[in-house]
Amino acid sequence: MATRKDDAPAATSKSSQVREEALAALTGTTSGELIGRAVTINCPRSQLFAFWRDFRLLPSFMDNVERIDVLTPARSHWVVKAPFGKSVEWDAVITEERQDELIAWESSEGADVVSSGRIEFRDAGDRGTIVTATIAYEPPAGALGKLIAKIFQREPAIQARRDLRRFKQLMETGEVATSARTRTQLEEEKA
Amino acid sequence: MRALTWHGKHDVRVDTVDDPEILNPRDAIIRITSTAICGSDLHLYDGFIPTMKAGDILGHEFMGEVVEVGSGSTLKKGQRVVVPFTIACGSCYHCGKHQYSACDNGNPADNQDIGMELYGQPMSGLFGYSHLTGGYAGGQAEYVRVPFSDVGPIVVPDGLDDEQVLFLSDILPTGWQAAENAEIEPGDTVAVWGCGPVGLFAVQSAFLMGAARVIAIDHFPRRLELAKKFGAETINFEETRTYEALMEMTGGIGPDAVIDAVGLEAHGFFLDNVIDQIKASTFLGTDRIHSIRQAIVACRKGGRVSMPAVYGGVVDKFPLGAFMEKGLTLRTGQTSVQLYMPGLLNAIIEGKIETTFLISHRMSLEDAPAGYKMFHDNQNEVTKIVLTPGLESKAQAAE
Repeated sequence: MATRKDDAPAATSKSSQVREEALAALTGTTSGELIGRAVTINCPRSQLFAFWRDFRLLPSFMDNVERIDVLTPARSHWVVKAPFGKSVEWDAVITEERQDELIAWESSEGADVVSSGRIEFRDAGDRGTIVTATIAYEPPAGALGKLIAKIFQREPAIQARRDLRRFKQLMETGEVATSARTRTQLEEEKA
Repeated sequence: MRALTWHGKHDVRVDTVDDPEILNPRDAIIRITSTAICGSDLHLYDGFIPTMKAGDILGHEFMGEVVEVGSGSTLKKGQRVVVPFTIACGSCYHCGKHQYSACDNGNPADNQDIGMELYGQPMSGLFGYSHLTGGYAGGQAEYVRVPFSDVGPIVVPDGLDDEQVLFLSDILPTGWQAAENAEIEPGDTVAVWGCGPVGLFAVQSAFLMGAARVIAIDHFPRRLELAKKFGAETINFEETRTYEALMEMTGGIGPDAVIDAVGLEAHGFFLDNVIDQIKASTFLGTDRIHSIRQAIVACRKGGRVSMPAVYGGVVDKFPLGAFMEKGLTLRTGQTSVQLYMPGLLNAIIEGKIETTFLISHRMSLEDAPAGYKMFHDNQNEVTKIVLTPGLESKAQAAE
């Protein structure tokens, strides 16, 4: 057990041991990547939690997610964009949930994309709610795996950051900001 | 529609492009009736601002008529509006504190990455000012899409001409905020570097806020004349040693507040400036900052430094020692236009602030490329160019 000397989030640690332990706590394994991102949203915690918990709504701000089908209260099916007009699909299972506070999930066994994560909602006084996403991601093996790794590993951290920003925009302003001038441009940006 | 587009350093053209459309509920489409070329557009023209793309439509000072609205807009078709150059959502934490130019949501998520890398936090969205600030199409065009139209644009009462209110879009609030950031106390002496539009509005604003004396510094005689007209004393830095003059004019104290309204392309043949210029041209540094250095050195102990001037990158030889040892305060930032528009509109109506004196040239949008060149080459004569879309091109008429 590495001795943590400060209060900083594990994903920002310079020590690989600290990061690995945090990964293990999330996924049970020490391999993979750990990403932490936080955003402050000027809305009540319960409103943000309710929107996020309805997984069907997530594609409205997650640009790379095509569709999410809710199979059971705990299990959902994710269809995510891949290059050349293809898509990758997997099931995600909720592993922990606390109303208005936390949703943790992991990809189900045998999924092409092995990932797990948690989204946490904390009160931030008159600033609203701090939403923190912690994602553990393991690049998969195999030919398809390599392709997927390419998409995801390219910038999973940036993707998470952008998704959180769009979530904030949608919750605070009712829309996702775009600088496109025409509908055609807007569609090209989302493609 | 016709629009002024950027294609590279000193290469702007009027092209025909697709008309803008309503894309989000809070959008409005404005038919531009008047638009101006800003001094900061010259930074784009000179290639000093990164993240420009060929075909980008420029222009962030504009006004016009509402022709189309989304379901969430509070504007009505036919209304005449002036549009702030800062794109603010009105609902984030910063907008709640009236720090509209720090809006979290005006800049699309993907474009926020660049600002994050460069500045630590993303910039807000601005019209027509590179992809760092959102990549929004600007208003030097026949039409423009205005996001968050329920927050930004101000409706112009009947009886006011475009030219009286157009500068509410940027330079008037920017000059006002510059004076406000100088935290002027009655009886203060305020020195203003740069008598372009922002500097001249800062001169007027400083007097309205109670400054006893304003000293305006420039090297263009025409601009110094305008500053004098508003009651400023003037220093022509080509004829006068500025620091020595300021010290003597303020009884050896130095100005109580200093305003740098020059910015990253400061002119003047000074050693530090020449080094900056070499560094800028070899990409070792981006900004030439002679004016802010001089302002900091001249400012009195415990005084205030206000910096409305636009800077984009990194500098060296910043007089940090003088800044610390004298206990100065620096305030700066893009302008929170939305905060100042209503009050300044009233000031115009009441005749407290003059605006139209600035306009030296009026042209068709079609002649905008010639306007950019003229503005760039002759900043003595050219104080402000106002473009009108749909007006017959003088260049074409002459052919």
